[in-house]
Amino acid sequence: MLFFSFYKSLVGKEITVELKNDLSITGLLQSVDQFLNIKLKDIKVNEEDKYPYMISVKNCFIRGSVVRYVHLPAEDVDVETLQDHSRLEAREQKKQNKQHQEQKSSTATTATTSTTV
Amino acid sequence: MSSGLGDEVDKKLIVVLRDGRKFIGIMRTFDQFANIVLQDTIERIYVGDCYSDKNLGLFFIRGDNVVILGEIDPDKEVQEKKLKKVSWEEITKAAALEKIKKEEEEQLKRRVMTESGLTIDSILNIDDF
Repeated sequence: MLFFSFYKSLVGKEITVELKNDLSITGLLQSVDQFLNIKLKDIKVNEEDKYPYMISVKNCFIRGSVVRYVHLPAEDVDVETLQDHSRLEAREQKKQNKQHQEQKSSTATTATTSTTV
Repeated sequence: MSSGLGDEVDKKLIVVLRDGRKFIGIMRTFDQFANIVLQDTIERIYVGDCYSDKNLGLFFIRGDNVVILGEIDPDKEVQEKKLKKVSWEEITKAAALEKIKKEEEEQLKRRVMTESGLTIDSILNIDDF
């Protein structure tokens, strides 16, 4: 979910998306969803003459699974917030794991006591 | 905010698939996997400055094959008219020739790479893209 929120903070900015078929597209980030599908506005294709089918396209939807890289504008990325959030996420995950394990062990002990009774 | 395809419904789209094929049609239905139904679909092949179309009708496209859904902009479509429309037979012939040429290039590249001790190709081929 972290990168979903991160991408949401970049909406409206100009990004370049490089796809797994080597096509790379620059455009304004219009929206993203939980699969990191990307919608771009006013696109420009690098090496346009190699990809004639993109001439008539202005807005496009890129399936998240075909993205290789996303080039981001460095000045719009708040590295500190990103790091803070990833630490927070890691901590929460740890906490959840711990709770899960405690629950498991407590049910295991009750199970054993009931069998002895 | 959510990036659904809702805005694209009933619009003319070009759909690029993972094997490089391009379909143009009116999108009627979609879901969260980008499975889509295209109406009045044509397949379009481009080779160099030429292109050709073939009518195919109604299509359901499974989402995992989709690379891009491009909205066709009427203003920009005019620019495409610079390309020459040729017959389907001509374009398939030209496409086959181009494919052979590309394969030869690929083989040459592979040979040079194996000669210098690189076998990256085998890794690249796993993801048949």
